[in-house]
Amino acid sequence: MWKTVVRRILVMIPQLFVLSLIIFFLAQKMPGDPFSGLITPETDPSRIEELREQAGLNDPLPMQYVNWIKDVAQGDFGKSYTYKRSVSSLIGERAYNTFLLSLFSVILVYALAIPLGVIAGRYKDTFVDKTVVLYSFISYAIPTFVLSLIFLYVFGYQLSWFPTSGTVDVGIEEGTLSYYWNRIHHMLLPAITYAVLGTTGIIQYLRSEVIDAQTQDYVKTARSKGVPMRKVYTRHIFRNSLLPIAAFLGFTITGLLGGSIFIETIFGYPGMGQLFVNSVLTRDYSVITTLVMLFGFLTLLGSLLSDIIMSIVDPRIRID
Amino acid sequence: MEQEKQQEVVVESVPPTGMKVVLREFKKDKIAMFSFIFITALIIGVYIASYFFIDIDEVMKVKLLQRYTEPGVNGYVLGADEAGRDILMQLIIGAKNSIYIAISVTLITSIAGIIIGLAAAYYGGVIDNIIMRIIDFFMTLPTLLIIIVMITIIPEYTPFHLILVISLFGWVGTARLVRSKVLSEARRDYVSASKTMGTSDLAIMFKGILPNLSSILIVELTLSFAGNVGIETGLSFLGFGLPPSVPSLGTLVSYATNPVVLAGKWWVWLPASLFILVMMLGINYVGQALRRAADARQRLG
Repeated sequence: MWKTVVRRILVMIPQLFVLSLIIFFLAQKMPGDPFSGLITPETDPSRIEELREQAGLNDPLPMQYVNWIKDVAQGDFGKSYTYKRSVSSLIGERAYNTFLLSLFSVILVYALAIPLGVIAGRYKDTFVDKTVVLYSFISYAIPTFVLSLIFLYVFGYQLSWFPTSGTVDVGIEEGTLSYYWNRIHHMLLPAITYAVLGTTGIIQYLRSEVIDAQTQDYVKTARSKGVPMRKVYTRHIFRNSLLPIAAFLGFTITGLLGGSIFIETIFGYPGMGQLFVNSVLTRDYSVITTLVMLFGFLTLLGSLLSDIIMSIVDPRIRID
Repeated sequence: MEQEKQQEVVVESVPPTGMKVVLREFKKDKIAMFSFIFITALIIGVYIASYFFIDIDEVMKVKLLQRYTEPGVNGYVLGADEAGRDILMQLIIGAKNSIYIAISVTLITSIAGIIIGLAAAYYGGVIDNIIMRIIDFFMTLPTLLIIIVMITIIPEYTPFHLILVISLFGWVGTARLVRSKVLSEARRDYVSASKTMGTSDLAIMFKGILPNLSSILIVELTLSFAGNVGIETGLSFLGFGLPPSVPSLGTLVSYATNPVVLAGKWWVWLPASLFILVMMLGINYVGQALRRAADARQRLG
């Protein structure tokens, strides 16, 4: 078991290395450098040249790469040009927002997908099953930004059930109960949107798992021992399909990261996805570089997580 | 006489193959049939309309007096946007552009994916290992972000670049699928027989193995076409797809990022959103029907 985990983490190292090379290459192609953020009309060009020399921007490329990696390893990502502050503190703040929204979304995804998947499988070919299958088909086919806009239009503007942007209303005192409720209220609509889009895979997997399980020996055994059907579903079948479902967590995280770019932009939620889009629009290259690397790292972590859970669930895929 | 009769019986019991299966499946599934006809008519209609009936320069001309004209007023069937440009005309041209880009990307990624997947599975060993490492690596990239960054740093950016950049990351899925199918196919007797007879590797791959994957490939092609429509419109929506001077469904939807438009001027963004929605549902439905036809266990007919 541990061997597999260690092996899997070791595989990550070359992947991270190539990813950093790609990002370094892309960053080289971007106009501007870390000092673009310091330039004001009064700045003396020779002073900038001096700074460039000091920071090693005139060094040969491999040297620059090594220095950049050293800085990154120490958590120094440079300065943001638009926000005039260090990239790490800026992203740290946004990452917290995205983390909260993601956590909330993941909980909603599972809360929605598990009952729907089990019920659809249990009552196969009934009206309920067909409705769930139709729902999962539509949520698979609809693009994120279209659903987000329609939800925002209907629930945000037409029905006014939810706030249409931000994380919290102005003028609410921090730390009070209404403050926390207000924050959740702001997160609800984006989280629901994500949950609707993110359930497809889990529902389809759980449904076919439950249908397959119905003909398996352990279910027949349980039935012949006299276990009531309801208990067979909740205790036997559900428990067996629970861990593979947990493996979806990795994909869900990856999906969340991609979706956050659309969802945060549309719902005006100040997280990493929105920061990325704004940084690209304002050409804030130090922020862009850091975000691409962070997203790449998190995506890798997501797939690592899935693989580890899968190897716990299914010993056959462990590497020995 | 006796023999002839027997032969007839044999011919009748041959299971339907290829297009016949697809046809039977579609006859059984009326919604799939309808979706297929609808999507085909839509694509052809959009192309004919945009080539023969619409003058793009005239449509994209700014007419400030007609700003946000409501639908049905002054001959604007679906109203006008903030620059007084006709929404319906932009919708048709935008759909044509989106479909054109999606088809191009699908063709490029499918051809690349098929060749890479075939090579990996057929030759196996070191080649397979190297290709699989590359595929694994691509699978864990934050694709959307890298596409956006690449698009912003390309000088003199054109729709052609957009096609190339999306394609660069799109071949991975097809290659993986083809590889896994070819792996099981390459062990079959007919492949060994061809090898013994001295048929060249290329001929075995493209004339022997590939036709046996045709049904799965049609499914993959359809679904990745739908996916590519989603990627292009999504990128254009964020402002990193087609340049603003080229109408795209995504650009039309992106007017809705302005709260005033989203809340009060539905005719600007809703038609394009619904168009994308209907198109995605239709293509995906056809794809799923094709998938059922390709898999004997799931067929309806």
